[in-house]
Amino acid sequence: MLDEMGPVDAVGVEERVAKYGTRSIKKAAKLFGLKLAVSMVDLTTLEGKDTPGKVAALCVKARTPHEIAGGDPAQIPMVAAVCVYPAMVRHARRALGASSSVKIASVATAFPSGQAPLRTRLAEVRAAVADGADEVDMVINRGAFLAGEFGRVQDEIAAVLEACGPAALKVIFETSELETYDNIRLASFLALRLLRPGDFIKTSTGKTSSNATLGNNQVMIEAIRDHYLQTGVAIGMKPAGGIRTAKQALTFLVAVKETLGDAWLTNRRYRFGASSLLNDLLRQLEKERTGAYQAPYAFSEATESY
Amino acid sequence: MPAAPAAKKSRRPSRPAPELIFGDLWEFDPAPETADPKLKPRYDLFIGGAFVAPAAGRYFDSINPANEQKLAEIAVADERDVDAAYAAARRAQPGWERLSGAERGKYLYRLARLLQDRAREFAVAETLDGGKPIKESRDFDVPMSAAHFFYHAGWADKLDYAFPGARSISAHGVVGQVIPWNFPLLMLAWKLAPALATGNTVVLKPAETTSITALKLAEILQEAELPPGVVNFVTGAGETGAAVVAHPAAAKIAFTGSTEVGRRIMRATAGTGKKLTLELGGKAANIVFDDAPLDQAVEGIVNGIFFNQGHVCCAGSRLLVQEGVADTVIAKLKQRIRVLRVGDPIDKNTDIGAINSREQLERIRRLVDAGVKEGATLHQPPCRLPAKGFYFQPSLFTDVQQSHRIAREEIFGPVLSILTFRTVDEAIEKANNTAYGLSAGVWTDKGSRILKMSTELKAGVVWANTYNKFDPASPFGGYKESGFGREGGRHGLADYVKLG
Repeated sequence: MLDEMGPVDAVGVEERVAKYGTRSIKKAAKLFGLKLAVSMVDLTTLEGKDTPGKVAALCVKARTPHEIAGGDPAQIPMVAAVCVYPAMVRHARRALGASSSVKIASVATAFPSGQAPLRTRLAEVRAAVADGADEVDMVINRGAFLAGEFGRVQDEIAAVLEACGPAALKVIFETSELETYDNIRLASFLALRLLRPGDFIKTSTGKTSSNATLGNNQVMIEAIRDHYLQTGVAIGMKPAGGIRTAKQALTFLVAVKETLGDAWLTNRRYRFGASSLLNDLLRQLEKERTGAYQAPYAFSEATESY
Repeated sequence: MPAAPAAKKSRRPSRPAPELIFGDLWEFDPAPETADPKLKPRYDLFIGGAFVAPAAGRYFDSINPANEQKLAEIAVADERDVDAAYAAARRAQPGWERLSGAERGKYLYRLARLLQDRAREFAVAETLDGGKPIKESRDFDVPMSAAHFFYHAGWADKLDYAFPGARSISAHGVVGQVIPWNFPLLMLAWKLAPALATGNTVVLKPAETTSITALKLAEILQEAELPPGVVNFVTGAGETGAAVVAHPAAAKIAFTGSTEVGRRIMRATAGTGKKLTLELGGKAANIVFDDAPLDQAVEGIVNGIFFNQGHVCCAGSRLLVQEGVADTVIAKLKQRIRVLRVGDPIDKNTDIGAINSREQLERIRRLVDAGVKEGATLHQPPCRLPAKGFYFQPSLFTDVQQSHRIAREEIFGPVLSILTFRTVDEAIEKANNTAYGLSAGVWTDKGSRILKMSTELKAGVVWANTYNKFDPASPFGGYKESGFGREGGRHGLADYVKLG
């Protein structure tokens, strides 16, 4: 399998992704990109201090990111999903209602470390799905991966996949712990070969020092591309953590456009795991609409202010 | 591996091959660079520190190859003008060489900084005049030109330590320089900076189609208060160049351009005692082994051949790919070139701009036709080219044989010839089976193989797992018909001094 995949040259990857940042996106293209990015956000709260009230507020924000007085509500799309801990899933389900176009994603499998017995992790997945999660974000067993037990990594993904039932699965590699692009490419193929259309691979938990970068995004979408061309199975991608500005999000989308093509420019195949990104996207959209930047407090749920 | 892939395999024949869609779902709006290039309607010759009208009073039009519109009028220098330029350079030379190295260095630092100050203006002028994408003139040509002035400014006061063992170091005197149209400002910097750092004075002729940035640099020379006559620019076509080369006052000739013209210059200077350095054409092999990081190799191949529309003497125009991965590499390449944006060079999102001149476009077309006639298979991505101006879409040739013209002759355009090989020795043989020897690329995960290839390949530069990387400190130059002499680094400096 290692032979089949081939190696990755780190310098070359970084040179490639540096070019995405030089794309100049203006006017209608900018508007399109910003709205697309809003529709791809997995609006996330993953804190020990999360409460049903906080989750309910997040769900409202997810459905109505920004209300413009007298404006066309269709102008700003809903986000793709809210992403919460398993214990918060039922509160999110209550807030969003039984059938909502905003999905509920739940991290599971002893997120973020994954250091729990497999049966505990599987039980957590089943509980989240039973409480109403549409999507499950699992972490891979990095210990097993780094010890070279690739079969075990795959077996565990397969078990979680089974526990998910109809829920979509997102497989988190925690790229900063895999360290090399070669490892990220290998992990991508380990997961891709098991996943179903509608599932995702995901960079990171957002809980370590380094999260989604254009470099690991690139290595993963190239793996998705190679896998799709070999098998016809289209898997989605979710960079998570560290994407805070609209400019960054647009650069990631340029990478998608030029590597995977138009069929991945949809929230069925590409997501941003983020919390503060949404308000920066809205701020840029408002700037395009009104010609002026609004203060952070003009947007709901903003954490920064002055 | 688990059974899943096998199960997928059994479904394979029944469905169409999966394809990626690179359509217009998210089309970028035009993003033109808006800085003012500050062009004058008419440019005179730059002789003795001043702009002077040509003796015969003749001018020609310089056009923008992106839309065929006239940019400015450029003076035609004849023998009288060239003579005046050499006279000015000769007058200025002793004083310039007598200045302390630190003083000459100060002028060079000043030029570098002034060029940086006006970087955007120069980038736009370079793009309008030559057709290269603004992205490249902004991120490569102009910053690299400034870097060459900075680098050689540093050498100016350290010449005594640059050549251990030499008892005396002196300038040649007046140097005649002729430069090409592919990197007008950068080639100018490559030529001027070492010549000035070592105490030579210069008569330089820019290429006919791309004289504007040289004449804009003349404004910077004035602003820097460079002593009059140290640098002189004479513009015009081949006859002007011949006069620069033939002038008896030239102690050294430095030329970058085609091998054909290089041969003529060698004949013209033979027996005259003039020093000569030539940097000529190339037909570089870019060699991809089966253990290479393929996606990055594809990126390097694209960078190697489509950088500056392939108007690069060290372009990786012959791709040698090991048979086992040839299909994969070609498939990836075809995909990659579908997202290259061909069009208006002034647009910040353009990857491939305009071909420099109608003449060059016709030459590319002729060679591509010859490739098709000789039996190679041409692949071009679907793309819309602007109606006006000189454009050529990125092109790949497969089924190319060593004897085909497209595998032997320098096309100097965005056209890649793909050949295959089986073993390391065959790769070396094929790579060296060319009249040229300027550069080569090697893509492999094996360090030992890189070392072996770099000694076996007869090329002035060998890039490993990258392509088209330049640095003022790194010498650049060729083997065989790619010329002789080096530019950049201490080696480049050595070509501008007489050692006693």
